[in-house]
Amino acid sequence: MTTSPNPVPAEFPRTHYLNAAYGLKSWLWTRDHKRIALLYLVSVSVFFALGGLMAVLIRMELATPEGDFFQPDVYNRLFTMHGILMIFFFLIPGIPAVLGNFLIPLMIGAKDLAFPRINLLSWYLYTIGGAFTLWALLHGGVDTGWTFYTPLSTNYVNTSVLTVGVGIFIAGFSSILTGLNFIVTIHRMRAPGLTWFRLPLFVWGHYATSIIQILGTPVVAIAILMVAAERMLHIGFFDPKLGGDPVLFQHLFWFYSHPAVYIMILPAMGVISELVAAFSRKPIFGYKFVAFASIGIAVLGFLVWGHHMFVAGQSIYAGVVFSVLSMLVAVPSAVKVFNWTATLYKGSISWDTPMLYALGFIGLFTIGGLTGVMLATLGIDAHVHDTYFIIAHFHYIMVGGAIMGYLGGLHYWWPKITGRLYPVFWSKLSALVIFIGFNVTFFPQFILGYLGMPRRYHTYPPEFQVLNVMSSAGATILGIGYLMPLIYFVWSMRYGPRATANPWNATGLEWQTTSPPPVENFTYPPVVTAPPYTYEAQPAAGKEARLGA
Amino acid sequence: MAQHETASAHDSAHAPHVMPLSTYVLVFAALLLGTAATVAVAYVDLGWANNAVALAIAITKATLVVLYFMHVKENTRLIPAVIFSGLFMLLILFVNLLADYGTRGWLGVEGR
Amino acid sequence: MAHDAHGPSDLAHHFDSYEQQKESATLGMWTFLVTEILFFGGLFAAYSLYRSLYPEAFRAASHSLDIRLGAFNTAVLIGSSLTMALAVRGGQTGKPKTTFTMLLGTLLLGSTFLAVKAVEYADKFTHHHVPGPSFHFEGPDAPHAQLFFSLYFGMTGLHALHMVIGAAILAFMLRPALRGAWTPRNHNFLEGFGLYWHFVDLVWIFLFPLLYLIGRHH
Repeated sequence: MTTSPNPVPAEFPRTHYLNAAYGLKSWLWTRDHKRIALLYLVSVSVFFALGGLMAVLIRMELATPEGDFFQPDVYNRLFTMHGILMIFFFLIPGIPAVLGNFLIPLMIGAKDLAFPRINLLSWYLYTIGGAFTLWALLHGGVDTGWTFYTPLSTNYVNTSVLTVGVGIFIAGFSSILTGLNFIVTIHRMRAPGLTWFRLPLFVWGHYATSIIQILGTPVVAIAILMVAAERMLHIGFFDPKLGGDPVLFQHLFWFYSHPAVYIMILPAMGVISELVAAFSRKPIFGYKFVAFASIGIAVLGFLVWGHHMFVAGQSIYAGVVFSVLSMLVAVPSAVKVFNWTATLYKGSISWDTPMLYALGFIGLFTIGGLTGVMLATLGIDAHVHDTYFIIAHFHYIMVGGAIMGYLGGLHYWWPKITGRLYPVFWSKLSALVIFIGFNVTFFPQFILGYLGMPRRYHTYPPEFQVLNVMSSAGATILGIGYLMPLIYFVWSMRYGPRATANPWNATGLEWQTTSPPPVENFTYPPVVTAPPYTYEAQPAAGKEARLGA
Repeated sequence: MAQHETASAHDSAHAPHVMPLSTYVLVFAALLLGTAATVAVAYVDLGWANNAVALAIAITKATLVVLYFMHVKENTRLIPAVIFSGLFMLLILFVNLLADYGTRGWLGVEGR
Repeated sequence: MAHDAHGPSDLAHHFDSYEQQKESATLGMWTFLVTEILFFGGLFAAYSLYRSLYPEAFRAASHSLDIRLGAFNTAVLIGSSLTMALAVRGGQTGKPKTTFTMLLGTLLLGSTFLAVKAVEYADKFTHHHVPGPSFHFEGPDAPHAQLFFSLYFGMTGLHALHMVIGAAILAFMLRPALRGAWTPRNHNFLEGFGLYWHFVDLVWIFLFPLLYLIGRHH
């Protein structure tokens, strides 16, 4: 049935990584990448819930034109903490630290990541960084916006800038160590026969992500240190009163923070490549183009940061160059979208839950990407800069892209991670509810922004109310959509039917071991003899086999 | 300890290549010489070239350290690729940053 | 330490061979050093920008640094790099005594560097050259001279912090070195630390001319 030389794994293993050891200590001191991934899953979900709570409060306030619930300074803290929690503590670690951590060693046939103790350390760093941020949150949070622009952040606000700065600095180390671990693992730990062009595209996506984590994060780390030195010790770097230039901070900040959006989206693109191939029963169209597009996005992503600063006093000539380079990012992104579409063409498509998320991703990411090209255009950006148009564009990429990819991946690999199946009806319903809720929330914001509603205000003129009410209503639907997987995933861990080793009948080494995998990942030394996605040779699984019912 | 020595025989194929002591001493001498040269040259007026010479000497010294003290001469080609990817990103940061500030005056409009 | 019941304890369970373990360690350390390049790189970028904008202020401020102390410290640090390289060589050739002596030498030279740096810092404090409310500078363009001192303290301070961390690790390495913890087959930790120490030396090789030697011919 399969083209793999590896033995077919046993169904329903008696011992696996989940029941190999019990007790809190066996989790908190584990070096097993699979258990660390689950630690991340729990902590990342907590921050997602907190960030989501902030979003709920923001949408509640914006349901009417007047300020109803919050004072302006409280509102400032709400959107700032929403951004910080979601970006630094959910989106950046999200897919790499949960799915990447769990799957990369399995996909390349290794027993673990190259540095298991560093992997555990990076979870602890993440947790400590998160604790600092939560501590600051309890003490009133920060109101600078997640961008920490100077001199506001160094001179004028008296909120917990330093505490949150320390939190982000520490979480940045966690991110660097995860990327470092992935790079070394992918270079040095591949199974015999697993050449670079036999790697799953999920691994390519994470390789590209790791490059950005390694090369970008240190620059924002030093920028945070400089802000701290200026705020605490009056050692001037950015403050004009001390001879500095605030725009330098924006350069250093966006040198990382623009590529950071590719840290969030590239792993999701890797997930989508796996899903599209598995549920179209076809190899990915143009494998090498998709692989190199990941690297291309990672490298080009470092050349475009100035498009955040078109109206910040940056030189107009630098602006033109940044504008053109920004549009170039659309090329590798479009290569991916076209190749996924070509993979779907004449495929035998099955509408399983992960595929629903994948299709949602492709559509929403395309909208987000095309509006990104609009924003890269100097003239349009000058018009819609700092309006809800930006908010909508960003959320189409991050929520419509990254979170759809994250949820699609979770639904795809959940049987592998837990050895259990989740209810089909509820999971498909959740995908649908999330898709509808998302569009109702964020599409009106494109219109609002184009009509001129600025971001970061808690009041607005009455003529914007209809669209804002739509947006708030959509957010409610979206929130319900997110609660559903939380409930049925937890339910399935105890009550879900047992999953077979390969419930989707997919290719890839991770499906050639038991569900859940043993502690050492494989009971035999895996070898690879074929390129990925050899779906022609692999029949689609029957409904019964897929759902275990 | 004893266990290591008995086991090391079968791994002798992987025993590291050891650079001769004289190489290290020569590199050390060259680095000291470079330091003396960079101080001496700073007192000579070369106009804009003072900077270039100082940086050239520093880069030469750094290359020596990387190749010999840090064993990159003996490593796989992957390590230089890793180093150059970092330096390349640093170059991007410098070029794009200085391009912004360097071209601000070109427009000739006050405040732009 | 996790280890395979069948293998020797210095080969981690998830590696197939010493070679794979060593190559992973080397690549991991270099990847970390690349992040360090960009970490310091942010400050170097700020330095380049401000120096190109305010050359006169930077020249005047640079002249207040003591070139003899700077050059002496450069030589000290280069010497510590030599001893570090020889310590690693002691690991490669299986000579624990050499490794121990050379690590001790590295620690002493590193401490010398930090002591000289402390003298220089103290001098800056007495002359009110430290940025902040009490900053005072006789010379052209004092506000931007202050920027030079911000960068001077930022860059040398971050460098000194790396030295302190390195010296602390060195102190903990002395006992294992004497015990012969690093063998020709597995001295990955020693080698990795050596790379870190050399990197700190590299940063100083650039800091010295950039901070101490601006326009000395005037």
